[in-house]
Amino acid sequence: MSTATDQTQPNDGTELPDFPGTRSPRCPFDPPPVQAGWRRADGLTQVRLGNGHIAWAVTRYDDVKQLLGDPRLSADGHRYPQLMETQRHGQPQAFPRMDDPEHSRIRRTLTGEFTVKRVEAMRPHVRSLVNRFLEEMIAAGSPADLVRAYALPIPSLVISLLLGVPYDDHTFFQTRSATLMRKGTPQEERQAASGELFGYLLDLVKRKEREPGDDLISRLITERVVTGELTHHDVAMNSMVILHAGHETTANMIALGTLALLENPRQAARIRDTDDPKVVAGAVEELLRYLTIAQDMLVRVATEDIIVGDHLVREGEMLVSGLPSANRDVVFETADALDFDRDARGHVAFGHGVHQCLGQSLARVELQEALPALLRRLPDLRLAVPLEEVRFRHDMVVYGVHELPVAW
Amino acid sequence: MRVELDEPKCVAAGQCVVVAPEVFDQRDEDGVAVVLEEHPAAELLDSVREAVAVCPAAAIRLAEL
Repeated sequence: MSTATDQTQPNDGTELPDFPGTRSPRCPFDPPPVQAGWRRADGLTQVRLGNGHIAWAVTRYDDVKQLLGDPRLSADGHRYPQLMETQRHGQPQAFPRMDDPEHSRIRRTLTGEFTVKRVEAMRPHVRSLVNRFLEEMIAAGSPADLVRAYALPIPSLVISLLLGVPYDDHTFFQTRSATLMRKGTPQEERQAASGELFGYLLDLVKRKEREPGDDLISRLITERVVTGELTHHDVAMNSMVILHAGHETTANMIALGTLALLENPRQAARIRDTDDPKVVAGAVEELLRYLTIAQDMLVRVATEDIIVGDHLVREGEMLVSGLPSANRDVVFETADALDFDRDARGHVAFGHGVHQCLGQSLARVELQEALPALLRRLPDLRLAVPLEEVRFRHDMVVYGVHELPVAW
Repeated sequence: MRVELDEPKCVAAGQCVVVAPEVFDQRDEDGVAVVLEEHPAAELLDSVREAVAVCPAAAIRLAEL
């Protein structure tokens, strides 16, 4: 406690380390080594974010869980514009950038669509899409880019069908989504991409109002808009969040997960050679922990002075959660190893607190289907280029690979 | 031991259903957790404790009777 005030000296950020830091080219699956240093040394460390803001980097597992569960931290982008990567005009706030009770009110209009039961009912459909894209990739011949042929189209099609977004428009929404996910995108370009995506979804909402189908957008209109719970703009914004989050994340877990399995053949064999869904489910949890692709998105602002360990975080200061670092903390034994014998449940790859990933059950089903099917159908699957030539997504909010050239 | 759910706190992440499906389910309309077994058998208590630990909203408690 005696050091608490020493940690909040005024600082213009020029001396501060950059967050998230640079990953080691030799260990592309590991968080930036500098974060392990912060985690061991001090827990909370002042850093400069990519957008220039100063924040406290939270890198320990216990601190991340405690802080993301603390209602004194705000995610409200209206109250704290520094939380917004894109300054949006004419669009309502997205629920991940709201606090309770309004956040919870909006979130609960969507949670019924993502229950364990609902996504389990989707499993046969996910499985048939997995097989379809697998056979199409094989028919086109080795080598292939696994991202374009397999990892991206599966979750993209699943989320399109769930929402009621025509998959024929996938090039349109995938490119806008990528623009918003790229860290260095200039503000003007961000606003354009966000405006185009929002306008597209608002048009779709109005079309679905005239001709409702069996999909999430139609249900939100017939069940929530008519009751006055949501506006058309709210439905378009919720759809944008789900569309955006629903394919980028899972796509990168499928591609990076495949690469991690190719680099760890003994672990890969465990998934390939089992018919026990529990073994597969456990392996997917460990891959989620080990890879933790949400590398740079979880920012909050303290709404009052908060003491964390030896540090005083003052009202109005920003915090950023290093989820990849937290999932390599000592609470997991030999945390830097990919180990399917481990019980990895309790990881924070989906975040923690009231904003924890809405679509996590769907992501689990997609990963549990896509990864084993690939290993079983193509037992000779291998990387088609040296590992050093793989382009990792250092420049994106969600980590992964831009392409994954594979052969079989 | 009694399972207590603070329903307004639940964020419908579904983690409790994954780790302790014998004890928890989710409401169809909004995914909010439902306790199926308020007094779970001894062999289920470990999974209930895990549900308490992984609940993102700290909405579950296992109370001593």
